[in-house]
Amino acid sequence: MAHIPDGVLSVPVLAGGAVIAAAGVALGLRLLDDRLIPRAGVLAAAVFVLSLISVPVGPSSVHLLLTGLMGLMLGAAVFPAVLVMLLLQALLFGFGGLTTLGVNTVNIALPGFIAAALLGPAIRASRNAAKRGALAALLGALSVAGTGGLVALSLALSSSSYTPVARVLIATYLPLMVGEAFVTAAVVSFLARVQPDALRPASA
Amino acid sequence: MTVIADPRLGLVTALIAIVAVAQLHGLPAATAAFILAAMLGGVTRAGWPLARRLVHVEGFMLLLFVMLPLTMPGEPLARIGPLSVSAEGIALAALVALKVSASVLLLAVLVGSMEPARLGATLHALHVPERFNRLLVMTARYVDLIRAEAQRLRESMRARGFRPRSNRHTWRSYGHLAGMVLIRALDRAERVTEAMRCRGFSGRYPHAAFAPPALRDWTASIAVAVTGLILLAADRL
Repeated sequence: MAHIPDGVLSVPVLAGGAVIAAAGVALGLRLLDDRLIPRAGVLAAAVFVLSLISVPVGPSSVHLLLTGLMGLMLGAAVFPAVLVMLLLQALLFGFGGLTTLGVNTVNIALPGFIAAALLGPAIRASRNAAKRGALAALLGALSVAGTGGLVALSLALSSSSYTPVARVLIATYLPLMVGEAFVTAAVVSFLARVQPDALRPASA
Repeated sequence: MTVIADPRLGLVTALIAIVAVAQLHGLPAATAAFILAAMLGGVTRAGWPLARRLVHVEGFMLLLFVMLPLTMPGEPLARIGPLSVSAEGIALAALVALKVSASVLLLAVLVGSMEPARLGATLHALHVPERFNRLLVMTARYVDLIRAEAQRLRESMRARGFRPRSNRHTWRSYGHLAGMVLIRALDRAERVTEAMRCRGFSGRYPHAAFAPPALRDWTASIAVAVTGLILLAADRL
């Protein structure tokens, strides 16, 4: 749902997305030294696999994004990791698009990066399991809400005839927000108990 | 099976053609683009896998097709209760559908599916930054492996009577599944890093150089790219 295909968006939106994505990817790649590339690559593969599981929420089912969690584990490297996942989806499976790679990378990675930068320190420092779970749920919900808002914004900025669709689109993100919040809380609690180092970008 | 055997040319040609198609404004040009792309698909005898890719419409694309005719102001064609279906809305929905389908077809026909190592070598030849390329190859390599691992974990959950429903137990169980998959991924990354260092990895993969593209590939590539640009020019003039 977050992957906008080729042929929908206008040129200024595509170009703007590409510029922001390039800046994010450059920042992320600078942080990845040789020892950390396998870690980021294998984590991206794991998140890719996990996003294929369909999780029932109410009468519908959703596919998780887990970008807040990626922001927590990878920091700014979430940008190249998301771009890699999108490129593989486009080239190996034919989903998504080539011209929309930049916009889609920003829509998916940026909210996760920002939410993790804001909430990450408190989540790592928290010694209280309930508080940590609540913060992690907020992380998941915020990153999904951000992605929904950015996808709607990309459509609305491209053409005014998309605006009503964009409004309805935001509503379709509500079930995903619920699922993402609960699952992110469970993953973070699990990792905090089993391997707390996993919750920081560079464990090397 | 793709029209262009050389993966570098195929990728660049697909990019040019899709950029051109994505910017079409008129229905005639978009229809022509879709028919041409479908004919290319016919040439390669891609058949079912190609049709399946087309059927895979993203959730919000469906939303777009349903809502555009109802919400766009214009000449009403029919009324459904309080809603009116406008001709302009139908035209825009058709335009978007044609462009999206043509792009999907072009990508499938010109690039197809590549194995990870070949994709890495192709992007290396196209001067994609080395670190990004290494990240991509690493991810592509481990997706299948981790998918099998996650599948085993889900099977063992099922064997213990787990049925996914819309409740907190399900979400917590999936959270634990995700956590376990991530921990194993981190352990695997650790082992891979050690193994690479142990074998003297010096920060770059040795990619075999590609042979120069065949004349046939150049012809096909130029034909597709020029057709795309002509369509774009005809659409704008």
